[in-house]
Amino acid sequence: MRENLHRFFRAARGVGVHVSPAESIDAMRAVAKVGISDRTVLRDALLLTLAKSQDEKLALGDCFDLFFSQPEPRQDQTEAAGNDDAAQDADQQADPSSSSGSAGEPGQAQPPESLGPLAQMLLSQDRNAISAAIASASGAASLSDIRYSTQRGIFSSRILDAMGLQRLRDDLDELTATNPALAERLRAALDALREAVRDTVSQGLALYAREEAENLRNEILRNAPLARIERRQVAEMRALIRQIARRLRERYSKPRKRQRRGHLDVRRTLRRNAAWGGVPFLTAWKRKHRDRPKIVAICDVSGSVAQVSDFFLLLIHSLHEVVDDVRSFAFSSHLIEVSEILEKNSPEEAMAEIMSKVGFGSSDYGSSLVDFEKDFMSTLTPQTTVIVLGDARSNNLDPRADILRRISERSKRLVWLNPEGRLAWGFGDSEMPRYATFCTVVRQCATAQQLERAVSDIVATYQ
Amino acid sequence: MADQKASTSIEAVESGLAAQGYIASRQIATAVYLSQQIEKPILVEGPAGVGKTELAKAIAAWRGMKMIRLQCYEGLDEAKALYEWKYAKQLLYTQILKDKLGEVLGGAQTLHAALDQLHDFGDVFFSKEFVEPRPLLQALEQPGGCVLLIDEIDKSDAEFESLLLEILSDFQVTIPELGTVSAITPPTVILTSNSERDLGDALKRRCLHLHIGFPEQRLEERIVESRVPGISQALRRQMVGFIHEIRSLDLKKLPSVSETIDWARVLVLLQATELDTDIVKDTLNVLLKYEADIEAASPQVTTFIAKAARSNVFG
Repeated sequence: MRENLHRFFRAARGVGVHVSPAESIDAMRAVAKVGISDRTVLRDALLLTLAKSQDEKLALGDCFDLFFSQPEPRQDQTEAAGNDDAAQDADQQADPSSSSGSAGEPGQAQPPESLGPLAQMLLSQDRNAISAAIASASGAASLSDIRYSTQRGIFSSRILDAMGLQRLRDDLDELTATNPALAERLRAALDALREAVRDTVSQGLALYAREEAENLRNEILRNAPLARIERRQVAEMRALIRQIARRLRERYSKPRKRQRRGHLDVRRTLRRNAAWGGVPFLTAWKRKHRDRPKIVAICDVSGSVAQVSDFFLLLIHSLHEVVDDVRSFAFSSHLIEVSEILEKNSPEEAMAEIMSKVGFGSSDYGSSLVDFEKDFMSTLTPQTTVIVLGDARSNNLDPRADILRRISERSKRLVWLNPEGRLAWGFGDSEMPRYATFCTVVRQCATAQQLERAVSDIVATYQ
Repeated sequence: MADQKASTSIEAVESGLAAQGYIASRQIATAVYLSQQIEKPILVEGPAGVGKTELAKAIAAWRGMKMIRLQCYEGLDEAKALYEWKYAKQLLYTQILKDKLGEVLGGAQTLHAALDQLHDFGDVFFSKEFVEPRPLLQALEQPGGCVLLIDEIDKSDAEFESLLLEILSDFQVTIPELGTVSAITPPTVILTSNSERDLGDALKRRCLHLHIGFPEQRLEERIVESRVPGISQALRRQMVGFIHEIRSLDLKKLPSVSETIDWARVLVLLQATELDTDIVKDTLNVLLKYEADIEAASPQVTTFIAKAARSNVFG
């Protein structure tokens, strides 16, 4: 059972539940207390000790059901495996002498004595024995090490080898010559066995490989250019962005007031203790007050940048707990405020609505900045960070960098995120160098990783 | 068999809590049983009003132990949660003992000698008599054990969580002037949270995590039965069915178990024998706490009553 629990912990890690050694010890103790006879109680106990949130409970519950869905006659298996080997050895020794004898006598009902144990097992159709043999063979082939779907073939063949496929082949060859009907039956049974093994391996893959596969996929996704990811990856990317948002939230949602221990606030202390003639019974300490970030995001949603803006807006708007106040604006040829659209709708619907309102135009930075100055300049305060996301390609129209200067003067910081690489800035119709003069920071922002760093830095300046 | 004993013990927990008027689901009973067995706190999460605090009260009543409650709020610190020095008493004592001090120090020739003598008495004022125990320290000092309820831990600051870690894992606290105070009998600790903010992993790791959601219909009927005995079975079925329909709506705040019980009481007071549209509309404000929610639910009332009545026939 201990072995099984350890395999379950690994599977649990696979579905994203963090199981530390301490937690696995707790779970072991809990299982020792409640016992394993009642599956629902066992499930509850594991869920109580291992999962740490409602999401994890759901994931772990599914994992539990999948894991224990296979019949687990664990005790018998090891014995069976032991017997198996012994029987096989004995058989092989006895083989040369008996094979000639049995070939003469056509035993239709009973499988002939001469066959290997696997063939015997298959022909007698002993389901329990077969599944036990598969389980013990997958233990021998260390199925729990499977990581990638490409390894399915190799693990299948390893399991089959461990079960004695070689011997079965020999038997099959022999039978085809001596007893074609029986050979046919055996062949069909072998096909069924292969299928069963394949299913076992797939289940193993689902249980154990999820973690690695996910890590690998996320790693690739994090570094993929946002503007060019495929449609089918969009949902995964959204999930990744949500993960990033959660990480940033955890890091920056600390309380905003922090006592500066040891710094006496003399003025408040004296006032508070006036009743005692100024003898300081109650002390007041100085506090530091930190601002929550106020962010104004201005995003280009014309063709090439739209996808990046989408993810950026999603990220910024999932930071409620960290960021006090976000106002977002989108533009291509003219500019509108989109904060409300984003708050009310799901990310997919919101983006569709934004695109139908201002998307699909050729970008005109000059007139969009004019729009912003006319209607929304008052949103800027000395605590505001302004983030502009765009490639600064203004189709050779007037860039109106003077407005950007005024924006920069009114705000705490002005950050420009450009999805293009640094090399492309300033070439063709790119106005990046002219805008860059007025920006506090200009950074490239093409991948999820760069996006995370950029937003993290912006929030960190308020800490 | 150990297994056999375990499942009967879990049932014992269930019936013990039921005797106190708390109808626990199997999961809750398992959590309570495990927390006793492996001495771990339970972190209870779930929407407001599903009986998180009630659970702690029921455990305390069932086991006949004292319950010590610590309500968390923003700005709660160790002076209010753990211990504080009785400053006033210390001051008073120094005043009273002034003369005595004079005597003690009278023999000293030099300032140094006086200081040395004073050092021997210095710790008198930082001894156990001058410690004002707050809930956490009180809980550790109960000789017969107790149920310590740390309510709405998510409302406190992150720093306070760290303060709790020592108590939760080892049932002890360290007071710099006195040393480490260990629990005489480890208390049963229940923490509740409404998930207003994510708790730290360190805290979660030390607890059994129990999520109490809205109960199933049967369970909720049993809860109403135990809390509001005066209500007829037919009406109970109907009203619980109705509430389950309401919960399927998209509302700001879904009615939880406490609202169900309140509503049952109201219906008994109004001497209703069955649900009809008028009485539901009149008492909807007991169930729903926002004007917008009431507006959203009102048009559906008739259909919900019909549905609840229908499920009543089959159920």
